[in-house]
Amino acid sequence: MSEPGDDGDNRARSIALLRMMERIRAFEEQAILAAERDKLVLGAIHPSIGQEACAAGIMQALRRDDILLSTHRGHGHTLAKGADPLAMFRELLGRAGGCCGGKGGSMHIADFNVGMLGANGVVGANITIGAGAAHGLKLMGSDRIAVDIFGDGAVNRGPFLEGLNWAAVYALPVLFVCEDNQWSATTRTRTVTAGEGAGARAAAMGLPVTTVDGNNVEEVAQAADQMVARIRSGNGPEFLHAITYRQTGHTSFDQAAYRPEGEAERHKREDDPILRQRSYLREMGLSSAELETLHAEAQAEMAALLKEAAATPFPPDSAAFTDVQDIGSPAKEAF
Amino acid sequence: MAEKMTYVEASREALREAMRADETVWCLGEDLGRGSVFGQYLGLQEEFGPERVVDTPISEAAIMGAALGAAMVGTRPVVEMRFSDFALCATDELVNQIAKARFMFGGQSRAAMVIRKPTGMWRSSAAQHSQSLESWYTHIPGLVVVCPATPQDNYSLMKAAIAADDPVVYFEHKNIWGMEGEVDRSHTVEIGKAAIRRTGADVTIVSWSDTANLADEAGARLAEEGIGAEVIDLRSLWPWDKATVRASVAKTGRLIVAHESVRVGGFGGEIAATVAEAVPGARIRRLGAPRSLIAYAPNLEDQMRVTREMIAQAAREMVK
Ligand SMILES: Cc1ncc(C[n+]2csc(CCOP(=O)(O)OP(=O)(O)O)c2C)c(N)n1
Ligand SMILES: [Mg+2]
Repeated sequence: MSEPGDDGDNRARSIALLRMMERIRAFEEQAILAAERDKLVLGAIHPSIGQEACAAGIMQALRRDDILLSTHRGHGHTLAKGADPLAMFRELLGRAGGCCGGKGGSMHIADFNVGMLGANGVVGANITIGAGAAHGLKLMGSDRIAVDIFGDGAVNRGPFLEGLNWAAVYALPVLFVCEDNQWSATTRTRTVTAGEGAGARAAAMGLPVTTVDGNNVEEVAQAADQMVARIRSGNGPEFLHAITYRQTGHTSFDQAAYRPEGEAERHKREDDPILRQRSYLREMGLSSAELETLHAEAQAEMAALLKEAAATPFPPDSAAFTDVQDIGSPAKEAF
Repeated sequence: MAEKMTYVEASREALREAMRADETVWCLGEDLGRGSVFGQYLGLQEEFGPERVVDTPISEAAIMGAALGAAMVGTRPVVEMRFSDFALCATDELVNQIAKARFMFGGQSRAAMVIRKPTGMWRSSAAQHSQSLESWYTHIPGLVVVCPATPQDNYSLMKAAIAADDPVVYFEHKNIWGMEGEVDRSHTVEIGKAAIRRTGADVTIVSWSDTANLADEAGARLAEEGIGAEVIDLRSLWPWDKATVRASVAKTGRLIVAHESVRVGGFGGEIAATVAEAVPGARIRRLGAPRSLIAYAPNLEDQMRVTREMIAQAAREMVK
């Protein structure tokens, strides 16, 4: 982590943040191509294009052995936590060697080796699980922490209240993040959310709330550093409300015709986290050529990995019966 | 060496021993510090402290979900749901999350935990505190389903459930907390093995939970009448001991399945169908509750009961 005033380190960190965002964007652009052009992705994918600053900014504050719980829109978080993009592509394609052996797909991506304990197909369900992971860590006297990310739509589900209350009552080492892209599928979240929304609800349960411009990766990273440090030192849970914007449809297939005309275009033009970080780095003296190299490297990396993933076989049929349970395993007797 | 214990003491002792032996075993649920509703945890918070015997908010979804997170980082939670009826507030956490955490993530994760669900009819508790829903959970791949009927089994099966690396849904019957019996702490029971409570050549009676005790009593009465009933207490529904049931029906040619839960969609149907396929020509009867609701007034509540006499009468009619 950088020392204040240390310009070389700050610059390196800013470049690393951009590089991670470029890699996430490239991963998801390739994934969308694989879904639509190549018909290789088998199920729905939920791109986080436009939201990469949250993933990059928050994950850089964590250690490899810290815990992450994420959502259906979790590719960016997972990649930034350190998961192998080849294994992630294989998972999206349902192939052997995928993070989950092809059993989970995009919505259940997980990599326990880097503390990523799962995306989730059920909105809000990861909130109590993340609180519980933090509970387990505290019980074992660990100095690891958990980060529990969810969307703005999830704050209207019961587990939001139960999970935040739980973490506050037991003073657990967990950072809750509401990655607020302003949409719940095809519904504008504020039209179905009473009161002041996510942050106010968290504050009502006594959690310290920090609100950030979720498209400014430097701001997200700084806030995450401070919050993670406090949480790790035993100060209890905190709540980060990151305001961002979902530039794509809800899934890669969704044309998002329900959105007011020009809204997404304006965000892409004026508020894109990658464009913003590029201009910041330009101010710090990076040349256009250097920025272009970062972009091209990320694109080349992900295009090559997608090709490699597509050349991988599907898992063996027998895998349909493994890793269900030990006692009464369907591998022995399924009926 | 056997000691006298009640059903509730037996699982409490099993839990206490497991917590002494393994620091990662802990329990969470409402009011555990005061022993919970039926005294299942009496004295445990004094011995192990409030960090390992956790009094939780009335947040069933969070109790269940937190247990999964805690299991995924390496602890072994024992989850208390208070009444099996309340566990329905945590259905997503159990069915979509816990049961699938291992498979869906390609074996990276286990969800080693025991989920305790006090079950069944108990003293005018009415429609929301009396249900027997065990068959639902047999329908969910990933879950183990255990239904002990005696103090010894509640001791041995609780130990086996805590030791298991799978999520075990553990149904203790509320009507028999005070049931006394001999418990041998060295006696182990493998989950999935039935107990043959009584042997006989004329009719096989398969049951579980408190109804297995009624079946055993019915068997005693039938014996006095010269009818040999083989009474099998399944003890667990997934996995269930098909081999023992099949061998018994192959011998007797007659099967009665009796359970407290609603007959329609009950696990008795699964047993009956399996035996019908495996033992051609076997005569089969199912006894279960009518598909109605459990009421408060005792005479109405009784309309839902499968009694000892109903089981005995079914056997008499079959062997006639
Ligand atoms: C419990 C539940 N209800 C509904 C859905 C269907 N669904 C999937 S994502 C989504 C929108 C979620 O919005 P938000 O929490 O803001 O996350 P975002 O998609 O914006 O990242 C919905 C309704 C679901 N997966 N789970
Ligand atoms: Mg949203």
